[in-house]
Amino acid sequence: MVELVARTPCAGLLPLRVGAVLLDEVAPGALTSVSPYKGQAEALSKVLQAAHGMGFPAPSRATGDRQARAIWFGHGQAMLVGPAPDPALADHAALTDQSDAWAAVRLHGPGAEDVLARLVPVDLRAGSFPEGHSMRSLLFHMTASITRIEDGAFLILAFRSMAATLVHDLQTAMEAVAARG
Amino acid sequence: MRLAGRGLIDRSKPVAFEFDGARHSGFEGDTLASALLANGVRVMGRSFKYHRPRGVLSAGSEEPNALVTVGAGDAREPNVRATMQEIHEGLQAWSQNRWPSLGFDLMAVNDLAAPFLGAGFYYKTFMWPRSFWEKLYEPVIRRAAGLGALSGQAGGERYERAHAFCDLLVIGAGPAGLMAALVAGRAGADVILADEQARMGGRLLAETYEVDGQAGHLWADVVLAELDALPNVRRMGRTTVFGAYDGGTYGALERVLHHSGRRPRGAPVETYWTIVAKRAVLAAGAIERPVAFRNNDRPGIMTAGAVRAYVNRWGVSPGQSVAVFGNSDDAHRTARDLLAAGVHVPAVIDSREDAPESRDFELRRGAVVCDASGRRGLEAVTIRTAQGEERIAADALAVTGGWNPTVHLTCHMNARPVWRDDIACFVPQEGAVPGLRAAGACNGAFSTATCLREGAAAARAVLEELGRTVRDEPLPEAEDDPYRIAPLWAVSGKGRAWLDFQNDVTVKDVKQAAQENFRSVEHMKRYTTQGMATDQGKNSNVAALAVLADATGRGIPQTGTTTFRPPYSPVAIAALGAGAEGKGFRPERFATSHAASIERGAPMIEAGLWYRPSYFPRDGESDWRQSCDREVGYVREAVGVADVSTLGKIDIQGKDAAAFLDFVYSNMFSTLKVGRVRYGLMLREDGFVMDDGTTARLGEKHYLMTTTTAAAGEVMKHLEFVHQGLQPDWDVRFVSVTEQWAQFAVAGPKARELLDGILDAPLDAADWPFMSCGAVSVGGIAGRLFRISFSGEQGFEIAVPARYGAALFDILTDRAEALGGGPYGMEALNVLRIEKGFITHAEIHGRTTAFDIGMGRMVSAKKDCIGKTMSERPGLLEADRERLVGLKPINADGRMLAGAHLFREEDPPVRENGQGYVTSVCHSPMLGQMIGLGFLKGGSDRHGEIVKMWDGLRGVTTLCEVTGPVFFDPDGGRMRG
Amino acid sequence: MRIPCPLCGTRDRREFWYRGAAVDLERPAPDAGVEAWDDFVYLRENPAGPTRELWYHEGGCGAWLVVERDTVTHEIGRVALASEERS
Repeated sequence: MVELVARTPCAGLLPLRVGAVLLDEVAPGALTSVSPYKGQAEALSKVLQAAHGMGFPAPSRATGDRQARAIWFGHGQAMLVGPAPDPALADHAALTDQSDAWAAVRLHGPGAEDVLARLVPVDLRAGSFPEGHSMRSLLFHMTASITRIEDGAFLILAFRSMAATLVHDLQTAMEAVAARG
Repeated sequence: MRLAGRGLIDRSKPVAFEFDGARHSGFEGDTLASALLANGVRVMGRSFKYHRPRGVLSAGSEEPNALVTVGAGDAREPNVRATMQEIHEGLQAWSQNRWPSLGFDLMAVNDLAAPFLGAGFYYKTFMWPRSFWEKLYEPVIRRAAGLGALSGQAGGERYERAHAFCDLLVIGAGPAGLMAALVAGRAGADVILADEQARMGGRLLAETYEVDGQAGHLWADVVLAELDALPNVRRMGRTTVFGAYDGGTYGALERVLHHSGRRPRGAPVETYWTIVAKRAVLAAGAIERPVAFRNNDRPGIMTAGAVRAYVNRWGVSPGQSVAVFGNSDDAHRTARDLLAAGVHVPAVIDSREDAPESRDFELRRGAVVCDASGRRGLEAVTIRTAQGEERIAADALAVTGGWNPTVHLTCHMNARPVWRDDIACFVPQEGAVPGLRAAGACNGAFSTATCLREGAAAARAVLEELGRTVRDEPLPEAEDDPYRIAPLWAVSGKGRAWLDFQNDVTVKDVKQAAQENFRSVEHMKRYTTQGMATDQGKNSNVAALAVLADATGRGIPQTGTTTFRPPYSPVAIAALGAGAEGKGFRPERFATSHAASIERGAPMIEAGLWYRPSYFPRDGESDWRQSCDREVGYVREAVGVADVSTLGKIDIQGKDAAAFLDFVYSNMFSTLKVGRVRYGLMLREDGFVMDDGTTARLGEKHYLMTTTTAAAGEVMKHLEFVHQGLQPDWDVRFVSVTEQWAQFAVAGPKARELLDGILDAPLDAADWPFMSCGAVSVGGIAGRLFRISFSGEQGFEIAVPARYGAALFDILTDRAEALGGGPYGMEALNVLRIEKGFITHAEIHGRTTAFDIGMGRMVSAKKDCIGKTMSERPGLLEADRERLVGLKPINADGRMLAGAHLFREEDPPVRENGQGYVTSVCHSPMLGQMIGLGFLKGGSDRHGEIVKMWDGLRGVTTLCEVTGPVFFDPDGGRMRG
Repeated sequence: MRIPCPLCGTRDRREFWYRGAAVDLERPAPDAGVEAWDDFVYLRENPAGPTRELWYHEGGCGAWLVVERDTVTHEIGRVALASEERS
């Protein structure tokens, strides 16, 4: 039998520290896109609650915690992050494995908001984007999902194939913020 | 000349800098202009057209004369205003538009030729012959007239973009802006206070008035300290808000490092901010206008407000003996400040007959300055009174013609300012920019007290709109002098009186424009170039239109203003495009095999954002064709491996998934069996082909669609539109899985052998007919296998989760090499598909139908689909349309070129004889000659005919035989076998 | 320009992709006839004033939006999800 060795999207690119801001790759576990079928949103939310401990997130929100999160991922879609999806979910939603599709990085430390202000055209300051908030927007030229998680950190998901550009763009902004002192 | 004991500069911190190679010294807090004045440097530039020596006119961002080049090498920046450039240790600045030197400029000969060089001169003189304009006239004129030059090197400095958000953006930090920020900040609003100067305070730093019983600048410092202590207030110094845009969006440019020689790693010199504000208060102040009189451009003549700023803020006098000329009480104020600083004031020339008396200085009422002498620096002015003319010695002259409110931002969304006769200036129209209020001098309120009052009132109104409670607080005490002005734009008389200093436009030029019937202010502007220089006529436009109004016998409001457009002051293109150079230009998408391809020396080509290997060179191969032919051979004779992960992959689920696919594809997918794959054609609603690809049925309600690499995004957008916009009731869900799977084509007679060697269980031939699909296991990992072919050989595509992609590619290529094959790139992939007549976007380029590509029967008659109705239009089904054919040179060494046109053999190659065109060509190793695909009128009806392929650009003509599009293995036995 | 997305909140124009008039939502029946199809595919008003348009929140949630916009003032009026806006 052949042996396939796994490689993470940001292998060889991270971690990175510039000034007080840190960027590291996270191993989020399984990523499953969950799209409720017609009229199934409530039933799905209940199954999600029972199986994984959190309801289906409202637009621009994330539910759950370090072990299992449901991140609102766009029109009619959430991303279940962490556990393998309970099979019962499939009765109410289209489930699609996306565990390998997204580069997942964590940006944290004082100045992380200033770094994102250089790339994202949305107000991500804690006052308007506290923990539990999530959004889809652009990170410079690429689409991304950004969630404020524990300890003021940002969980950023971007296309796996764009991992090198993701790190480049974040590093550029981190340097600019650090240079201001 | 530095004045003892005055100014807000830090005399304990001397700063050395260079101007035109000469070393000078100033103090921290100096601008380049104030420091040069302190060092007795009067000439700071040469004028644009006549190369007249010019000194600094103003003390702010409106400066037209003192433009310098700063920095060296690739960090060189031209046209920097000396009034805005702070000095720092090591600063190097150079004057511009002179040769060989600022003191002796050969091009000043233009000044002697001035009678010939007036408005419209170039238009009239250099008309004929027409061809000379581009080759001769323009280059010569451009060399003679100009500003600073770019370095010609790629930018050495970093620029950046950033976003900011707030409840209230306060633009300008003079008394009105400070008051607005203070009131809003104290009430808890989220405030940004932006000011273009290094130090906030505006005119409070330049005047001697008191606020709240203390010096104005001290009051400003107290307010700033309070603002800094508020967490909800953000101060942005050295930041010019240069444009107002829709939706409360403002553009701002922050000069981050120009005041310093420091360049920490990664540091930007400028930041281009996009500020989104719920509300804005414009407190941008006003710009003083000079008065036009003969030779009013002599170095040493400057605006009165600038003179007060240099004396009070920087402790510098522009001369030993400073005369003052004006039409309002500001002239008197200027004289008093000069006298208080110990500077001699020979006379105050006030054009008003009823000017208030003063015992402090020599006052000439009802008098004007009508000439100035001293080419490299003012020596004397000539004044005209009822008694006649008189010469007064002075080495500097402070001039005031009144103030123009800085209304620019209020006009950026198409509104025009409103003329007010009582204060002889334009003020903003109310509501000109939604959410923006003007306050203070930019609103025509010129006393300190009214500025404070308007700033506070504007903030209160904003707070009420935002639903915040407002406390009523007393305003600080401040001067509330009336603004008494008698309009005076230009002093009559012979000679040239300058309006636009930067573009060398005189009163005579404007009058001439009117005479030649360029009476509209927009025409006058373009004919004379008034206000078209980098300063956009900030201190001259209003005077110029007043002169035009006078010359055309209209009033100023009837004459109107020209259009104000962003940016308010120049913004470097490097700042506008910040971050988007180099790797920041656009994202790079790398497939999981990218590193392995690079390692094998493959040149990568861009396919959309993706990078794909062109070919994999081997030692001893000297050109790409050799590599390509070898790789084609792998697939035809052994086995080849190619990364096809870049194709779009869309996971489609739900009980209406089949109906949905029937609707978006021209052919049927509801009839496809689970475990099978079908080729699909997608049309646009106008009946033309949008994209093609294979779709696999993974389950009863589960499909996997593939798109071309190029159209993946477009198809996704289209599917979302069809679902959300046209069929929202259908229960179907889809999501892109392009990134999830690494997918590799394994093609060739030994493809099955290779796969059997790596799959956990060998393939049973009966289970895997052509166009089948299913789950497989490789190395214990769940993957997917599709038996499809884009090469015409027995082919499979194997997919695994992307984390295993790099590993699988290595295994596949190793095994392929062991079997006499190996990896193949885009060049070979292209040859393989042309040999088989398979289309790509070279053929489905947006102007071809299913009928044109020979797939008319793929538009199912049994159902409706996107594009079906329009595809049935008679004109799209005519036999003589340009339809897909194969083309083969009749001589084996004949050359073919994509993009070439097709003609009948006997016809001359002109447009009306066109019969079609060539879309794809390659050298076919299987046929041993070039072949091509193209579109030819009549298409398949003309197989066997000889046509002429003609490429006029590259000068190639080749006779070709028209064939079917499939050149190799036409019955497809190899693919199915 | 900023567009209030019903799901994401007000966002910068750069996140959106413009399609055209919301006429595209009113797809005729296959047998509606030549005129109806010609109108639907090709003919559009070009008003100075209020318009009803389709925008795709491509850089955000992926929702198709029906946006009322004034082409003279650039003012954005009502914005709704296309999936809830069928007429």
